[in-house]
Amino acid sequence: MKTENIKFIQGNEACVEGALYAGLDFFAGYPITPSTEIAELLSRRLPQKGGKFIQMEDEIASMSAIIGASLTGSKVMTATSGPGFSLMQEALGYAIMTEIPCVIVNVQRGGPSTGIPTHVSQGDVNQTRWGTHGDHAIVALTASNHQDVFETTVEAFNISETYRTPVVLLYDEVVGHMRERLRVPETGELPLAERLRTSVSEGVDYHPYLPREDGRLPMSDFGGVHRYNVTGLFHDMWGFPSDNPKVVHGLLRHLVDKIQNNVNQIARFKEFYLEDAECILISYGSSARSARHVVEYLRPRGERIGLLELQTLWPFPHDIVNEKCANAKYMVVVEMNMGQILREVKRAVKNPERVFLANRIDGVFIAPRDIRDILRIIQGKGV
Amino acid sequence: MAIKDYIRERFFPHIWCPGCGHGTVLNSLLRTVSQLGMSRNEIVMVSGIGCSSRISGYVDFHTLHTLHGRALAFATGVKLSRPELNLIVPMGDGDALAIGGNHFIHAARRNIDLTAIVMNNRIYGMTGGQYSPLSGHGTLATTAPYTNIDYAFDTVELATAAGASFVARSTTYHVQQLAKILKQAILHEGFSVVEVLTQCPTYFGRKNRLGSAADMMEDYKNNTTPIGSKAKKENPDLIERGVFVQKEIPEYCSEYDKIIERAMKGK
Repeated sequence: MKTENIKFIQGNEACVEGALYAGLDFFAGYPITPSTEIAELLSRRLPQKGGKFIQMEDEIASMSAIIGASLTGSKVMTATSGPGFSLMQEALGYAIMTEIPCVIVNVQRGGPSTGIPTHVSQGDVNQTRWGTHGDHAIVALTASNHQDVFETTVEAFNISETYRTPVVLLYDEVVGHMRERLRVPETGELPLAERLRTSVSEGVDYHPYLPREDGRLPMSDFGGVHRYNVTGLFHDMWGFPSDNPKVVHGLLRHLVDKIQNNVNQIARFKEFYLEDAECILISYGSSARSARHVVEYLRPRGERIGLLELQTLWPFPHDIVNEKCANAKYMVVVEMNMGQILREVKRAVKNPERVFLANRIDGVFIAPRDIRDILRIIQGKGV
Repeated sequence: MAIKDYIRERFFPHIWCPGCGHGTVLNSLLRTVSQLGMSRNEIVMVSGIGCSSRISGYVDFHTLHTLHGRALAFATGVKLSRPELNLIVPMGDGDALAIGGNHFIHAARRNIDLTAIVMNNRIYGMTGGQYSPLSGHGTLATTAPYTNIDYAFDTVELATAAGASFVARSTTYHVQQLAKILKQAILHEGFSVVEVLTQCPTYFGRKNRLGSAADMMEDYKNNTTPIGSKAKKENPDLIERGVFVQKEIPEYCSEYDKIIERAMKGK
């Protein structure tokens, strides 16, 4: 193993390494704690490979700029935190509607509003799902350690290009700022998905919004030989505005189905000691580190406890969670919010009354002791 | 290439009302592009939301119909990613200077090579006639039924102060001048702003009793004057037309190329 591939860095830096590995060409952003290091690093690294970095006037402009850049064929990303993520919601919806690949990193801090900028939270899970208006689908990935931050960042680009959808990387302040080891994989070690481009030749009608049988839409770069219209209005196969009910219904179904029909392909998760677990902890992001610690601590002490660590939060893998929890007596969702994934787990399993919450919502990282204390209370309820 | 070859006939008729000035702007723009002999593949038109912004659907360029106020931000991403493309960004007055005001001044400050066309009809037309930041004090609108107490921006002064390296104004009456100015603006390397006074007889005209479209265009003839004219000295209320600013300063994408050079050398 080459030692130069080993780094001791922040999670935000691991995200940057992953994005560059995936082929990031263009980044637009606006400073905000605790994501700023991503912009700082990319302002240095991107021009070194001929890429572009721009600091825009706000997060609305940042999100808009990456969508514009993506249309020319670039792999694009922006990074932000709560308040900035709120500002990006309208353009996020635009990228969903126009099916333009892009990656948005949200290093979560405490909210609502300005909240608690330098402290950890996982409070943006449902905002990620429903923050932009209208029915839609979205993909959100997360990770609990730097190797996984790297891999989920690469995967975010792959999913974004494959499904022509924005992908949100929903990290949190602890993962973003914590320092630990990262081994940067060799070129070719992780697969990279490249954008599917149209094979229609010049002079032949190209329908930018006519999906193939498999639901995929081959793209043509702006500046290329096919000129077409892109709009946030409901649009026909030409990309031209339409209020034809069939067109409206068809497009909305396409936007949702292309993600929902591939939930299991998009789902990433890790499992620890689930085979015989009576109690399953379900967690994600930095809180999954503490949950893992609890499991490793209690197993040698005879407790049949396991961990299901989710890396794909949206689309929520209901079937997988249901299957993994089928034989457990009870489930405890460990998260740093008031139960945003708890609700999804309750919807997924056959015995929702056996799903409990272990959380902290005070800006303090949830420690293994916090989880154990809550487990004792839950067990005291007779489970 | 003939003007007809620059439009998407498939998508006509357009949505604009009879007498609307926006068609005149489209006409002037296409004549300009034709005169310049530009290829359709090298032009990207980015627009926002509103009557004026629908212009992008009708032209056979790469066209991006975006969000209200954000056209310049999207255009900045396209341009910086592919600097060899020509970016034309038509916007309405509310689009450019109310909801998009921040992006407008920052695009000007960066001096990125975009051609911003502010189609100023002094009203929100698509939503039915509410006052815009360019309606002006004393005008009437559906949201100013008594009178408008908001003062207007001067687009030219705002663009100039924000650092735009090309700033001009014309009207739908002065089509020859408009085409000439648009040509200069497109050729200019840097952020260029062209304000076009364009009539909205349906809302601004009707609410403010300005008569027909032809009457409103006649007003453009009578109430405007070339920059620095004798008439302006005699009547300071006249609105000046022409090129106010044209300066050569480093363009953003060229400057960024230098950043790439430095970064690659490791400096």
